[in-house]
Amino acid sequence: MAEKMELQEVEVWDGNYAAAQALRQAQVDVVAAYPITPSTPIVETYGAFVANGYIDGEYVMVESEHAAMSGCVGAAAAGGRVATATSSQGFALMVEVLYQASGMRLPIVLTVVNRALASPLNVRGDHGDMYLGRDSGWIQLDAFNAQEAYDLTLMAFKIGEDINVRLPVMVHQDGFVTSHTAQNIHPLSDDEAYAFIGDYKPVEEMLDFSKPVTYGAQTEEDWHYEHKAKQHRALMDSTVVIDRVFEAFEKKTGRRYNRLETYMMEDAEVAVLALGSTVETSIVAAKQLREEEGLKVGVIAPRCFRPFPFEELREVLAGVKCVAALDRSCPMGAMGTLYNETCGALATIPAEQRPLVTNFIYGLGGRDFSVEEAKRIMREQKGHADVGHITTHIQQFSGLRGPKLGFFESKRS
Amino acid sequence: MAIRSIKNLKEFSTANERFEGAHLLCPGCAHSMIVRELMNATDDNLVISSATGCLEVCTAVYPYTSWDTSWIHIGFENSATAVAGAEAMYKARKRKGTLKDPDAPVKFVAFGGDGATYDIGFQWLSGAVERGHDFTYICLDNENYANTGGQRSSATPIGAHTSTAQAGRVSYGKKQKKKDMVAIMAAHGAPYVAQLAPNKWKIMAKGFQKALETEGPCFINTVSACTTEWKFDPKDTIHITDLATDTLMFPIYEIIDGHKLNILYRPKTVIPVEEYLAAQGRYKHLFKPENKHVIERIQKEINEKWEYLQRREEAGV
Repeated sequence: MAEKMELQEVEVWDGNYAAAQALRQAQVDVVAAYPITPSTPIVETYGAFVANGYIDGEYVMVESEHAAMSGCVGAAAAGGRVATATSSQGFALMVEVLYQASGMRLPIVLTVVNRALASPLNVRGDHGDMYLGRDSGWIQLDAFNAQEAYDLTLMAFKIGEDINVRLPVMVHQDGFVTSHTAQNIHPLSDDEAYAFIGDYKPVEEMLDFSKPVTYGAQTEEDWHYEHKAKQHRALMDSTVVIDRVFEAFEKKTGRRYNRLETYMMEDAEVAVLALGSTVETSIVAAKQLREEEGLKVGVIAPRCFRPFPFEELREVLAGVKCVAALDRSCPMGAMGTLYNETCGALATIPAEQRPLVTNFIYGLGGRDFSVEEAKRIMREQKGHADVGHITTHIQQFSGLRGPKLGFFESKRS
Repeated sequence: MAIRSIKNLKEFSTANERFEGAHLLCPGCAHSMIVRELMNATDDNLVISSATGCLEVCTAVYPYTSWDTSWIHIGFENSATAVAGAEAMYKARKRKGTLKDPDAPVKFVAFGGDGATYDIGFQWLSGAVERGHDFTYICLDNENYANTGGQRSSATPIGAHTSTAQAGRVSYGKKQKKKDMVAIMAAHGAPYVAQLAPNKWKIMAKGFQKALETEGPCFINTVSACTTEWKFDPKDTIHITDLATDTLMFPIYEIIDGHKLNILYRPKTVIPVEEYLAAQGRYKHLFKPENKHVIERIQKEINEKWEYLQRREEAGV
């Protein structure tokens, strides 16, 4: 029996430590992992827990991230709780197996500490890896700070393992800004945390020899389409369970989570839409602009990046005059992902209710995103709102050195 | 553990039906013989993984499965890791007391073709063996990427024609020697490593049982004659395999604890390699006068390898 850990009511943890503590409290059966900056401290901390008797499960340090996720799939099919951690290139190496994990409906939890993708090699945070996973069939939850990284990691097990979901779940946090920045954390006790998640309930497990199972079958044009459609449906339908788990967590802790988080949107005329630690920066900027300049600015943030909260987004944006979608990933020949999702959501409401939508690429490779920069973007949106059309390029690169870079202009007739 | 007694081939071949006869492997494919023999070698429960390849695509086409046992396929390269993950879960759940039947004996086995083993999955296999998972890895070595139509692998012998190392006007086929996977796995310090062949079924069954009984990672390279890509008549699978073992193209031996080598089969009469090569379409170009030197080279290397194996065995180190 693993040792329990006495935790203070308030602990000072960074995002990595918070994630590792959540994995410990979940009493994961198998962690198969490979270290990579900036998520390395998650597996190191977990390793320290193993070495000191706090873990009953197996800790398998494999030879690559591809093997980490492969080991997780084999372990999950054998009917127990499974988790791992990665970032960036490691995430990219895992991609093949991410699709296989979700296709086999295995509820693995992956804590992703977001980092830019090479080349050029870069260890700092952006959302390139997170976006790379967006079609992989995983639920993707996004933490904006260390407390949320802890909370969402606990909730990820309960969501993914629910019999009505049975899907793998990623919990994202920003590299360094969240993963390496300590803050006050309100943890649950070991008993409370485990009771909240509950025991793992094996489904179609390989270790029940009374009922042999075949995992990873072949399907061609006769069945593949139906399987993938069913998987998509499971992902879309998971919102019911996600909402239920968020409610249960609020009851337990008082901390409220929503698939689409909104801040100061009640009377907002303009808004920004963002992910990760940028959300908190934007909230600070919006508050300052409200106080200092009387601008009615709000902030919107998908807590649940997949399944994407389309309905909630169009609801909150109806009547807003201008919204800027901030994408921390280079769009490479297209508009940013958040821009595209926003326009997709808005295309389904009457034209007169639709806000103008702009797209900012920012913060690539860990380039700092300041409150001042957020305020500049917000003011610019107010300018568009006042004249009723977008006066700049629709897509702009914010915080980039050298000449301004932008693409597309509005077509007004 | 429960081990089946091996009395005669008939009893042995009909005893256990955990690998169903209904599958899509080519008539005459040796894969199914090897797989059935492995599964017949034990009464224990089996958790099996298969790499993408002939065996996998021919035995688990939804909504059918040939596997009346726990079976998983993830990808081409990670068969060893898939079963290693399951083995880790078994240990964790046994310790925590969450297994449905904690006393049920279980063995973990990974299958991969030579593509999955020698090439794309080499790193995954190496990692799983280094970590010491309790499993047996069986390579179904048909010396080419048969599932995708017969391309070269690093297990393809020198001189063989494949679709990506073709014999032609200015080429005698593959230019490189076959990778010595058995030596590489022995060098990992795996407790049991062997090269076995389905024509010598009693030796193969014993080898399988030894591997399953041995705690820790074991590796077995099995010769799997490929009627389609080696180009011989499907009825001749065992005949071709006899030629493979009796020309010493495929010597049958084991290496224990990374060093102790035992030769498990000595042909009464060693047959010249020409006979083996002449029986297969993939080598027919070697019989042109300008390619004679390749046959000579193959024979020379067989002789040297056999000499080496015998010396290793004698030395007992």
